[in-house]
Amino acid sequence: MSVQRWEHFHHQADIGVRGIGRTISEAFEQVALALTAVITVPKKVKPLDAISIQCEAPDHELLLFDWLNALIYEMMTRRMLFSRFEVTIEKICLQATLWGESISNKRHQPAVEVKGATFTELRIVKTTEGLWLAQCIVDV
Amino acid sequence: MDLSGLKKQSDFEWHILPFGQMRVPAIIYAGKDQLLEMDQKVYEQITNVATLPGIVKAAYAMPDAHWGYGFPIGGVAAFDPEQGGVISAGGVGFDISCGVRTMLTGLHADEVFAVQKKLADLLYHNIPAGVGSTGLLHLNLKEMDKMLSGGAQWAVAQGYGTKSDLERIEEHGRMAEAKPEYVSARAKKRQEDEVGTLGSGNHYLEIQVIEEIYNPGSATVFGLNQGEVVVSLHCGSRGLGHQIGTEFLKLMVTSAPKYGIHLPDRELACAPLDSPVGVQYLGAMRAAINCALANRQVIMHLIRDVFAEIFPNTSLPLLYDVSHNTCKMEKHQIEGKEKNVYVHRKGATRAFGPGHPNLPPAFRNIGQPVLIGGSMGTASYILTGTKDGLQKAFGSACHGAGRCMSRKKATKHWRGSQVIGELEEKGILIRSRSMRGIAEEAPGAYKDIDTVIEAAEKAGLTSKVAKVKPIICIKG
Repeated sequence: MSVQRWEHFHHQADIGVRGIGRTISEAFEQVALALTAVITVPKKVKPLDAISIQCEAPDHELLLFDWLNALIYEMMTRRMLFSRFEVTIEKICLQATLWGESISNKRHQPAVEVKGATFTELRIVKTTEGLWLAQCIVDV
Repeated sequence: MDLSGLKKQSDFEWHILPFGQMRVPAIIYAGKDQLLEMDQKVYEQITNVATLPGIVKAAYAMPDAHWGYGFPIGGVAAFDPEQGGVISAGGVGFDISCGVRTMLTGLHADEVFAVQKKLADLLYHNIPAGVGSTGLLHLNLKEMDKMLSGGAQWAVAQGYGTKSDLERIEEHGRMAEAKPEYVSARAKKRQEDEVGTLGSGNHYLEIQVIEEIYNPGSATVFGLNQGEVVVSLHCGSRGLGHQIGTEFLKLMVTSAPKYGIHLPDRELACAPLDSPVGVQYLGAMRAAINCALANRQVIMHLIRDVFAEIFPNTSLPLLYDVSHNTCKMEKHQIEGKEKNVYVHRKGATRAFGPGHPNLPPAFRNIGQPVLIGGSMGTASYILTGTKDGLQKAFGSACHGAGRCMSRKKATKHWRGSQVIGELEEKGILIRSRSMRGIAEEAPGAYKDIDTVIEAAEKAGLTSKVAKVKPIICIKG
């Protein structure tokens, strides 16, 4: 299993997204992939066009909440899906570039819209292996 | 759920007496078997709700309650502004004013079965649904504000439907005192192309046949005849509501310490009703209610156009439109006095009974229609509010079957094509842009709607009028 990875976790009505990486920035990149995977298979999304996102929040957990909600906003208003992420976090400021393409019903078969990231199970922790884990439940 | 902390009041009413920081009791309306299957999180969340400032009478959970955000989904609570009462974004939910509307066709099932495939294809083609879909309307900021102030009344003025529809919608189609100026530019941006779109997830459009009538008197008033076809749709305030929910959730979390509110769970984020944050959320949330009412009105118009093409003599009158994620100021009897309180219904339907002054004359004698949707491929119910309902849970009932399995598990259990095939064998046509979406919404991933309805009725919250079964289902 590679160090950087994403996964989904169970919630009765909605779904949990989790990213794991060597740094908080990597964990944020992975959790973004987990978010895309709620909607479609990330490998099906071509990283054709790039956009940038900046967020700032009082702490890292609120920054994760803002990051995921900013991604949802960009997906919904641009009608795009994203599959490549480069995140830099300095203190409580996040700068990111994301690459993706317009939603295609035929190729992406999007399963569900994500309404918003939530505070439920919102957590950023350093694991015993020294990796960073970032997660929360998203409402679909 | 562990029943040791619950005191049985009757077979379908269980009380949790105040402990710790709880200001009032918590009351769960459900049968014993439902409670045993209910997530322990519902216990935790409903008792947390009971700790919030200004809560009156009790915090209630409906028979379909499940783990939500701060409030359980299927949670009802009212707050008194004179006792420091609060308003909570989590207590309303992300999909503000998500709801159900049902139309009558007057057509017999046989007439619709004869064109079932053609009708399914045309509805699928004409009703925008699914991720990234756009409506026919593009609203500039000026029109957006008019829509957010005017709700379904705005939609009717634009030519979507008729004035007679409005008395069949809660609040006469328009939530008063909406404040578009408190809706952010980002929320408005998310909505500019989304008016008249169904959305995805558990949202749907169904053509249903009335399978059984339980109360012939009320059915006659509602215009329901066994064997006839009705149309129901389930959707909400789309991107605008989601954005408002997200923004105010964060604002309420970060401002809670300033207002001296101790939150047992961050997701219970709330603000005093008379605080700037509370006032702004109330105005924005009311605008989102109008957005949902306008959205359902526009979709109904598109459905009417499809029916007019196939059945030129039908007009599809509206039976009723209910919302189930709202906070509304209502008059209720609190300790013998009539008071204005703010009733949060999170995944719960308003269910006013006979004689309630807010109901249109047509329903004044029997109570409002309560529309409760089941999962894809199973039954839905049309019910009425009850006289006792006001005392029991501020005139509220459940809103659906409620999930019993996560989306992740559902996709491991079923494939979309298999679900569609199985339902087609039962005479139900499914149309969707996503096979995975279908698997996630498989009927087996939801609780049994029949037992949820039985519990709601036996608890005295609502009373059955008719059961309907789908024959066409359009999913996002």
